[in-house]
Amino acid sequence: MANPIEHGGAAAQSNSFRQQPDEHGHFGGRYGGRFVAETLMPLILELNEAYEAAKADPAFHKELVYYQTDYIGRPSPLWFARRMTEAFGGAKIYLKREELNHTGSHKLNNVMGQILLARRMGRTRIVAETGAGQHGVATATVCALFGMKCVIYMGATDVERQKPNVFRMRLLGAEVVPVTAGAGTLKDAMNEAMRDWVANVADTYMLIGTVAGPHPYPAMVRDFQSVIGEETKEQMRAAEGRLPDVVVAAIGGGSNAMGIFYPFLDDTSVRLIGVEAAGHGLDSGKTAASIERGRPGVLHGNRTYLLQNADGQIDEAHSISAGLDYPGVGPEHSWLNDIGRAEYVGATDTEALDAFQLCTKLEGIIPALESAHAVAYAAKIAPTLPKDTLLVVNLSGRGDKDIFTVAEHLGVTL
Amino acid sequence: MSRIAARFKALAAEGRGALIPYLEAYDPDRATSLELFRAMPAAGADLIEVGMPFSDPSADGPVIQAAALRGLKAGATLVGVLDMVAEFRKDNDETPVILMGYVNPVEAYGYERFCKDAAAAGVDGLILVDLPPEEGAVIAAPAQAAGLDIIRLVAPTTPDARLEYVLAHASGFVYYVSIVGITGTRSASAHDLAGAIPRVRAATDLPIAIGFGVRTPEQAAQASSIADGAVVASVLLATLAETLDEQGRATPQTVPRVLEQIGGLAQAVRAAGQKPE
Ligand SMILES: Cc1ncc(COP(=O)(O)O)c(C=O)c1O
Repeated sequence: MANPIEHGGAAAQSNSFRQQPDEHGHFGGRYGGRFVAETLMPLILELNEAYEAAKADPAFHKELVYYQTDYIGRPSPLWFARRMTEAFGGAKIYLKREELNHTGSHKLNNVMGQILLARRMGRTRIVAETGAGQHGVATATVCALFGMKCVIYMGATDVERQKPNVFRMRLLGAEVVPVTAGAGTLKDAMNEAMRDWVANVADTYMLIGTVAGPHPYPAMVRDFQSVIGEETKEQMRAAEGRLPDVVVAAIGGGSNAMGIFYPFLDDTSVRLIGVEAAGHGLDSGKTAASIERGRPGVLHGNRTYLLQNADGQIDEAHSISAGLDYPGVGPEHSWLNDIGRAEYVGATDTEALDAFQLCTKLEGIIPALESAHAVAYAAKIAPTLPKDTLLVVNLSGRGDKDIFTVAEHLGVTL
Repeated sequence: MSRIAARFKALAAEGRGALIPYLEAYDPDRATSLELFRAMPAAGADLIEVGMPFSDPSADGPVIQAAALRGLKAGATLVGVLDMVAEFRKDNDETPVILMGYVNPVEAYGYERFCKDAAAAGVDGLILVDLPPEEGAVIAAPAQAAGLDIIRLVAPTTPDARLEYVLAHASGFVYYVSIVGITGTRSASAHDLAGAIPRVRAATDLPIAIGFGVRTPEQAAQASSIADGAVVASVLLATLAETLDEQGRATPQTVPRVLEQIGGLAQAVRAAGQKPE
C-alpha cells in the first residue's frame, strides 16, 4: 500500500500543487492559518510538532497501515458501476467504495490516524464534533477500541435527524452532548467542541473530522484521507491501464474530496470536481455551498470561503444532508478553487434524493445522502462525456443512517 | 500619551488597580446598552470593554454567547458599535474604550478602514480573541497608523518562550486570561494568580489586567491588586439578563441593577488600595 502520509520528497516537482500549506499553515499564502485563542495556541503548536514527528516515524506509519488493513478493511474496492454507466449513456462510472469501511464511511481513515497520534501524545480524553454522526461514530469506535474517554458534540437538530447514529455512539460508550446554540447543526457543534477543548487542555485531544480547523488539522486530515486517492490511482491503473479523467466528490468540510483529490493534484489531466450541497438551490438562500455562494473569512481557526452576511456574521447553512450542512469548507479547497485546479459545483436536496434512489436501484448500493450529491452531479455530466471517459465518484459513505430522512421526504412512514 | 497609558499611570499614582467592566453592544438593545455605557464611568469603571457581537463566539461561555445573540437580534453591526462609541465620546474624553470580539466581522469591514473608523470614533484598543500574533500582520500596521493599541491575551498555557513572542506584539496592556477555559465558567484562586502574574510582569513593562473568572468584589479587589486591573464580564451580563422581561426586553431595573453591581466592584477595587509592589 502506498504510504498515505508521506508526500513531497524526491517525487515532488518544484511547481507541485502538493506542497501546501507553508510552515504557517497557509494555503496559497492566504487560506488556512491558525486563528485560535491564546489558550489553544500552544496546544496546536505542540500538535503540529507531534504530527511532524509521527509523519517522519516509520513505526507510526506501520501501526497505521496495520489498523487500516485489519480493522478498517482497506483497501476499499473500486467498483465499475456497469448499470449506472449504461443508464447515463456516457462516461464509464466507477465508484470508490469508502462506504465499505468499518463504520460505513471514509471518516475512520482520518480518525484512526489521529487517535494513534493522540495516544502518542499521551492524551486520554477525546472530544469531537459531528454533523451526520459518521465522524462521531468513527471517533466513538476508536475510543472503544483503545479504551479512551469520548465526548461527542452534536447539534440538537442533527441529533433529531440522525437518531440511529446517536444510539450507535452511545452504545460505543461515548457521551453525546446535544448543542442547542444557533441552528443546532455542525457549526454549533464545532464551537462547543472547541470550548470543551479550551477548558480541558491537559488531558484532552480534539479530533476534528474534516480538513478544516487551525493548522495542522487541514493538512493532517488530508494526509490521513489521501489513502483514498492513492488506492484509486493504483486500482484504476490495474483496471484501465491509465489515470481517471474525472474525479467527483461531495464537499461538506471537504475531507473525502481532499483525500481523493490530493494524490491527483499534479496529474493535471485529471479533472477534479467538488460537489457542494446547494440545498434548495444555489440562489435560494438555503444552501451550504460555501465556495459558490460564500466569501473568504475566518471561522473555526482558519481563513476560508464562508457563508456570511455583509457584516461578517456567519449564516446558517442548509442541506438535507447533515454531513454537508456547514457554512465553511476546508482552506485547501478554497485555494484549489481560486487557482482553478479543482471545480466546485452544486447539487440540490432534490437532486441528491433522486441520486440516492438511483444508486440504490441500479447498483444495489445505498449511498449516504452526502455521497448522493456526488452521484447526482456525476449523473448530470456523464451523459455529456465520451464513452471512453473514466469518471470516479467517491462513494464516501453508506446510507443506512439516512433511511428515516429519505422516507420522510418520500412521504413514507416507517 | 494614549488614554489607556494615561489611565493606568494615574491609577498607579493613586496606588490602586483598574476596574474594567464589559458591556455587550446592543444588549438587549442599542438605547439601553448606550445608556449603560455612558453611566459606567460614574459607577466606577476605569476602562470599558465593549463586546462586538459575533455569531460564533467559540471562546465564550453561555452567558456571553447569549448576550452576543441578543445584541445581534437587536441589529448590532460594527458600524453601529462604532457609532455607539462616538456617542459615548461626546461627553467622555478620558475613559479608555477597548473593543473586544472576533476577527471575522473586522475582516469583513476591512482592517484598514476599521482601524481608521474606530480611532475616529474614539476607540483606544482592540482585543481580537481569535487573532493570535501569528496571524496578526493583517492588523498590526493599520492599528499602529490609527494609534490603536492591540491588546494581547496571555494564558496559563502560554509557555515562557512564547510569552516573549506574544508580548513583542502587544501594546496598551496585557490581558491575562486567568483560567484555562472559556469565559464565565470558573475562577482562578488568589494563590494561582499570585504565582502567575510575576511571570508575566517579568516579561513586560505594560500594565496587566486579569480577566475570565473575576466575579465577586473580593475577586476584583484581589485581581486588581495582584495585577493592574480586573476585567469583569459574565457576571454583569448575567445580571443584565436577569432583569429582562419574558420577551428579552429591558426593564426599568436593567441599567440600575448592572450599575449597582459595578459600584460594588469599584468600591472593593478602590478599598484594596495600595498594591503590595
Ligand atoms: C458519508 C459522508 N460523506 C461526506 C461527508 C462530508 O464531510 P467531508 O466533506 O469532510 O468528507 C460526511 C460528513 O459527515 C459523511 O458522513
